[in-house]
Amino acid sequence: MAATDPMLDSGADFRTRLQTWLPKIVLAPSFAVMVIFVYGFIAFTIYLSFTDSRMLPSYDLVGWQNYERLFRVRQWDTAIINLGIFAGLYIVISTIIGLLLAIFLDQKIRGEGFLRPIFLYPMALSFIVTGTAWKWILDPAIGLETTMHRWGWESFQFDWIKDSDMAIYTIVIAAVWQSSGFVMAMFLAGLRGIDNEILKAAQMDGASNFQMYRRIILPQLRPAFLSAFVILSHLAIKSYDLVVAMTDGGPGTSTWLPALFMYEYTFTRNQMGIGASSAVIMLMTIAAIMVPYLYAELKEQK
Amino acid sequence: MAVASSDTAIRSSNVTRTFIYLFLLLFALFYLMPLGIMLVNSLKPLSEITSGGMIAMPNEWTIEPWLSAWSTAQIGVEPTGLRPYFINSIAMAVPAVAISTVAGALNGYVLTKWHFQGATWIFGLLLFSCFIPFQIVLIPMARILGLLEIAGTTYGLILVHVVYGIGFSTLYFRNYYAAFPTELVRAAQIDGAGFFQIFWRIMLPSSGPIIAVCCIWQFTNIWNDFLFGASFASGDAAPMTVALNNLVNSSTGERPYNVHFAGAIMAAGPTLLVYIVAGRYFVRGLMAGSVKG
Repeated sequence: MAATDPMLDSGADFRTRLQTWLPKIVLAPSFAVMVIFVYGFIAFTIYLSFTDSRMLPSYDLVGWQNYERLFRVRQWDTAIINLGIFAGLYIVISTIIGLLLAIFLDQKIRGEGFLRPIFLYPMALSFIVTGTAWKWILDPAIGLETTMHRWGWESFQFDWIKDSDMAIYTIVIAAVWQSSGFVMAMFLAGLRGIDNEILKAAQMDGASNFQMYRRIILPQLRPAFLSAFVILSHLAIKSYDLVVAMTDGGPGTSTWLPALFMYEYTFTRNQMGIGASSAVIMLMTIAAIMVPYLYAELKEQK
Repeated sequence: MAVASSDTAIRSSNVTRTFIYLFLLLFALFYLMPLGIMLVNSLKPLSEITSGGMIAMPNEWTIEPWLSAWSTAQIGVEPTGLRPYFINSIAMAVPAVAISTVAGALNGYVLTKWHFQGATWIFGLLLFSCFIPFQIVLIPMARILGLLEIAGTTYGLILVHVVYGIGFSTLYFRNYYAAFPTELVRAAQIDGAGFFQIFWRIMLPSSGPIIAVCCIWQFTNIWNDFLFGASFASGDAAPMTVALNNLVNSSTGERPYNVHFAGAIMAAGPTLLVYIVAGRYFVRGLMAGSVKG
């Protein structure tokens, strides 16, 4: 129709065409922003990681040199080992505490509505606030240690935050404090989704509470375990603010994590090439965890 | 939720129940302790902290540390207190939350109700962008902000937070709209309603809860951000988190711990207030951002 008399139909035609294009036009700015600021920037940083950039980006390629140097730098070893300790303990302890709290809260507890928000509120706080609180609480000069001495326990000692071998564990304490309530919320949602009829049937068959948890309930919480693991591990790899606020990487460089390493090398030590390569390693690690997970989630939704 | 908890199959003895209550209360104390310590010590004179430890209640109550943290404490080089930085954070968070929420709503609407080739791919790419370590974009972002001449300004931070907030806001709205009956949209289309009319008249009126969830989460994330603030606006335009960190880590001589604690509570105040007022939406957002994404 439109082809025979374009003059007559063009008004309506334009409107329908606009309507079919409108969704894409509306999505376009976000799409463009994502392509440039996320994936374009990732490509740029990957490119920089193969150049001899120092204080400013340089475009002279040097092959894998930055990666080779990165893995020879002592601070990167420290950062990787610290990440291993931190992520391992943080994930395991948060999961255990979160699971226990969720299971206990699920026992028809009086005051659940009062307790749950208390367990969860740390998630609303900035890591800088959390870090400030724990920094002074764990400080031997004014915090826990002094308080114990004052209460008469003279031999009490807790100076981990000043001890370069132990300081990383104080970060674990603060991080667990901040996110274990969140894990609790995930498990609680999982527990509330379990069909009570199955449990009743098992009980009639003489299953004990412990058996029911081991054989029926925990296996059904697998998706919650997986989500908790994925979320906690990606938070661990990204950890930056908490360390800056609590120890600023110290004593010395003993609490450096990859995120601190990247910042320090790129912006303070003017080793942008090495900084970029460390950022690429961080991205790859997170991608290795997130991509399969997100892919599975998206496929399931289809 | 209520249905399942009203009739549980698990029964336990009184001893077990006492243990459970003790355990839960102990952890409630563990979670409340740092906030309590900050609050108590922010109302003490400094001498009581340095000589008396942290646990005791103040002998002499004072709001001096709060006044000092707000308007006279040394932040970096200037004795301005945290007030200008609190204002920075508000000037940054409010527009960034508004823009990223509007964009997220429109994106979610397009991605669920106007299916086209590649929509799932685009969503997948957006979704992954929520989880990238931001270290990977710091260097090019610093360059771009410099080129746009908004480095070290609140405008720069608004841009950054909008850009990296769109992923999450789209995720929220997409998952919410996915459950919204598409037949209603099709019926309105047959009646001649256009793209924006449908969004305005049909989608938005039922989007109240997800708008709340999205605003609360964007606000919490943006207010609490430290990395971008420290990287792109460490001077006069610094947000509250950066200023607090400067306050706590840069003071020389005798450390005014009570002022630090008062400042920390100020920095925590807005997000804590949101949590107390709208905790229900907070938890929902947490779930939408994790289990479903």
